[in-house]
Amino acid sequence: MISKVGQFVLRQARTQLAPRASPTPVASLSALARLLSSLAVLEQRDGRLNHGSLGAVTAAQKLGGSITAFVAGGNIKAVAEEAAKVAGIEKIIAVDNAAYDKGLPENYAPLLAENIKKGGFTHVIAGHTAFGKNLMPRVGALLDVQQISDITAIEDEKTFVRPIYAGNAIATVESSDPIKLITIRGTAFAPAAAEGGSASIEDGVDPKAESATEWVSENLAKSDRPDLATASRVVSGGRGLKSKEEFDRIMLPLADALGAAVGASRAAVDSGYADNSLQVGQTGKVVAPQLYLCAGISGAIQHLAGMKDSKVIAAINKDADAPIFQVADVGLVGDLFDKVPELTEKLKQ
Amino acid sequence: MSALRILVPVKRVIDYAVKPRVNKAQTAVETAGVKHSMNPFDELSVEEAVRIREKKSYPGGVEDILAFSCGPPKAQDILRTAMAMGADRGIHVEVSEKDEVEPLGVAKLLKAVVEKEKSNLVVLGKQSIDDDSGQTGQILAGLLGWGQATQASKVTFEGDKVLVEKEVDGGTDVVRAKLPMIITTDLRLNEPRYASLPNIMKAKKKKIEKVSVQDLGVDVTKRLKTLKVIEPPPRQGGGKVEDVDGMIKKLKELGSI
Repeated sequence: MISKVGQFVLRQARTQLAPRASPTPVASLSALARLLSSLAVLEQRDGRLNHGSLGAVTAAQKLGGSITAFVAGGNIKAVAEEAAKVAGIEKIIAVDNAAYDKGLPENYAPLLAENIKKGGFTHVIAGHTAFGKNLMPRVGALLDVQQISDITAIEDEKTFVRPIYAGNAIATVESSDPIKLITIRGTAFAPAAAEGGSASIEDGVDPKAESATEWVSENLAKSDRPDLATASRVVSGGRGLKSKEEFDRIMLPLADALGAAVGASRAAVDSGYADNSLQVGQTGKVVAPQLYLCAGISGAIQHLAGMKDSKVIAAINKDADAPIFQVADVGLVGDLFDKVPELTEKLKQ
Repeated sequence: MSALRILVPVKRVIDYAVKPRVNKAQTAVETAGVKHSMNPFDELSVEEAVRIREKKSYPGGVEDILAFSCGPPKAQDILRTAMAMGADRGIHVEVSEKDEVEPLGVAKLLKAVVEKEKSNLVVLGKQSIDDDSGQTGQILAGLLGWGQATQASKVTFEGDKVLVEKEVDGGTDVVRAKLPMIITTDLRLNEPRYASLPNIMKAKKKKIEKVSVQDLGVDVTKRLKTLKVIEPPPRQGGGKVEDVDGMIKKLKELGSI
């Protein structure tokens, strides 16, 4: 009943306010601006803001309405100040407590749920990253809300677009929950500008929930190359590389010649040619770079799910019938052991 | 230390190798006459549960492995597969094909089963390959107030504690939790076995308990309404080039390099 009334009020507000809509670029939503209030959940690591997570702010801007950002962790002041400069944010809620450094959902979810309740937010947005995927459904459990995962577009304040079946179908869904809990696909919402804003910073509530799990250690792949998820160019290798040595010998120089991040197919990862964290596909990373150049990848649907929104796809494969050629803008049939080094050499010139 | 009572939820989905087609009315993906299988991540859950028993990796032993599925009558086939792989028994919450229950609803059903069956470890797939939400395990952990370890690539036991290596962006994380807990599986956790014919025959004698949503006293009202399902815009293959020079030329034309 309450939600019906709420929707009625929103609709009324929209019709009445529409003629004197504020001059924001999102005209169709702007009338709702004062009724919507979004919370963008930002990620941080070791006291530094993760700029990839600023896509949540962009999504909030598309919704219209006031935007608050949320950060938590030990010595959070510097992160909060960095976030305060991000364009479009009105207020930063910061919770200074080292217990939240590792983003353990057992204590982070109650923390977020309390701050959502206190702030009365209508929309809560996080990235569909390892952090967001781990955390947000648990927040949904605490608020009794059905989260909407991995959205690629916002139609209005309750209607969202998301890929299903490994991106082979696109569903438009309408949420009837009072709070819309959303994770966004990073490649669909570019990070908001890190400069130009001047948000106020205030302390959030800290329920200090205990965590049933403790963080033990981490093993992160170190690389000087661009981050796979946000790189503008990606070179990716598959089973055709035959071994880890060949993968490194053939693909890494190509990546360096293009200033690209390195990705891999599941077959390459499973065979140990490349690290797990480099997997592109339905179960790995979803990328949408300007250029996706792949070699020795056949193009299974699970792989395509992770890269078919790339602007330009180039493929080198010796099988002329490989499905990758059906999506590639530029296809070259040939032995990657000849063609890739030749390409690398010519790109260097 | 009490023995493990493991719950493994499994879902019947369109086989991973089938290319899904959207129906003419653009309301859903066509499922009639399409090959279905167990969700690949759920095979990993069943395999892991069976391995914990076989390898005696938990000092208290494994008392029970219960496979759960919420779905149409045919979801029973998937439960049989789980039992042929080594689950002891099954529980089937039957709903019609068109009334698919959302992750929040499934998690609420699972909570009721966990409490009824006194499960102390739930191993779920990290996502189903049809809806791709990746939520059920985390919601269940939240509802129960248990610890959670998502996208597990390795599970080991240290006395009554569980060490889980998790796949995260950029590498792996290790967390330690006390039972009871929730684990969701990543593809690298294990290599699921094929059920042998004798085991398939034996699985036919194992028991599947049928319960309804009402029996479990759970409200599974949908919160999301699917307005439309469409095919993604097709990509036009740009054709092939003869050699590396042709590739460089084309990439330059496209402004990629």
